[in-house]
Amino acid sequence: MSLSYDAIIIGAGIVGAACAYELSRRGMRVIVVDREMVAGGATAAGMGHVVVMDDSEAQFALTRYSQKLWQQLRPELAEDVEYETCGTIWVAADEQEMQEVRRKHDFYGTRGVPTEILDEHGLRNLEPHLRDGLAGGLLVPEDVVIYPPCAASFLLARAQERGAQLRVGPSVSSMGKGRVHWSDGSEFAAGIIVNAAGAWATDLMPELGIKKRKGHLVITERYPDFLRHQLVELGYLKSAHSVTSDSVAFNVQPRRTGQILIGSSRQYGAEHKEVDHEIVVRMLQRGREYMPALGKMLAVRAWTGFRAATPDKLPLIGPWPGDKTVYLATGHEGLGITTSLATARILADQICGLPAEIPIEPYLPSRALQEPSHV
Amino acid sequence: MSDCVMLSVNDAQMSVPAGTTVAVALATAGANCRSSITGQPRGPLCGMGICFECRVTINGQAHCRSCQIICQNGMDVRSE
Repeated sequence: MSLSYDAIIIGAGIVGAACAYELSRRGMRVIVVDREMVAGGATAAGMGHVVVMDDSEAQFALTRYSQKLWQQLRPELAEDVEYETCGTIWVAADEQEMQEVRRKHDFYGTRGVPTEILDEHGLRNLEPHLRDGLAGGLLVPEDVVIYPPCAASFLLARAQERGAQLRVGPSVSSMGKGRVHWSDGSEFAAGIIVNAAGAWATDLMPELGIKKRKGHLVITERYPDFLRHQLVELGYLKSAHSVTSDSVAFNVQPRRTGQILIGSSRQYGAEHKEVDHEIVVRMLQRGREYMPALGKMLAVRAWTGFRAATPDKLPLIGPWPGDKTVYLATGHEGLGITTSLATARILADQICGLPAEIPIEPYLPSRALQEPSHV
Repeated sequence: MSDCVMLSVNDAQMSVPAGTTVAVALATAGANCRSSITGQPRGPLCGMGICFECRVTINGQAHCRSCQIICQNGMDVRSE
């Protein structure tokens, strides 16, 4: 005889945790399963930057909606989630990038997101350790930093208070048609199965066409008050969009401990977990170009993680056309922390047959079957 | 005396014999090296540069291992 649930969520990262939080809130009997641990994949590896993005209208809508959900959840969050509204500064190195600052300012402004254009002097006032000669930047004051593993644990704990279960250790060997089969031969039954396995979602559904996009981060010792905002170079847009070559970008974040998190890198086709020293060196050199004092800091740790990248850079949220019991919540690339709450909301609305608060078509998994680039 | 050096530990002037490590100067002054993230005092554990518990700020440079550094005249040492 098999155990039976309303929903089985595969993957206990922040997306799976958010889905458990949301589905249990709506009265469903939920179990979250993970073959390794809670928040052990991209959730533990990422920066925890809750950021509004503007690559596309759909990306903007999802990130902004989700950021508002984080704002609403803030009073309930545990202290160890380290929620800080430190804001983002998009750093412009030259006049060409200042044009991008003005474009972003207009884009956000017409969509209700407050921003402030900084000239060279204004930038130096806010972040005195940036090098001389930068052109300016765009301050987005409502962007947030959190500590993702604790955020995922918080969401899961709330779901568990409402009766959700957690199963860590055993691995799923196959899934579909309302059944999850375990490698030990046992099986669970469920009304729906949510694949929230991030970059490993393809282990169970190879047809998804999600690729692993490797990233590196370095964390320093404590340097209190050195950095106040998350700083991202605008050149990031060029490097993050490159789908062929390895890229690095200046991307630094202040942690509540006074530590500085230094990123970032993007690599396709690198499946090994080990730190690539050449990439780390390039990443740190890029950091020193913007912030020379980083070169005198002590780093205590470097690590890697894998983003779940889709061809069109939007996540897959909703029913899978091939099996009415299967739903997807994966493919979030570098925005899974930001968009986890909105993903869960949209998914739960679809499962419950309710209208969502934002248009959901751009995220529907059915598009993965229509794009030849996926095969 | 030429076999003594003068330095400042948390803004207090002190004299130590030449060749003294900064960790010993801190201990002589009764000063902690650093504080843990929860505010507990930390000090030299291994005494050989491995444990990183004896870090202090020296002449403005944070996270210097005091057990591995010899006191110099005019040195400014601060607990972290």
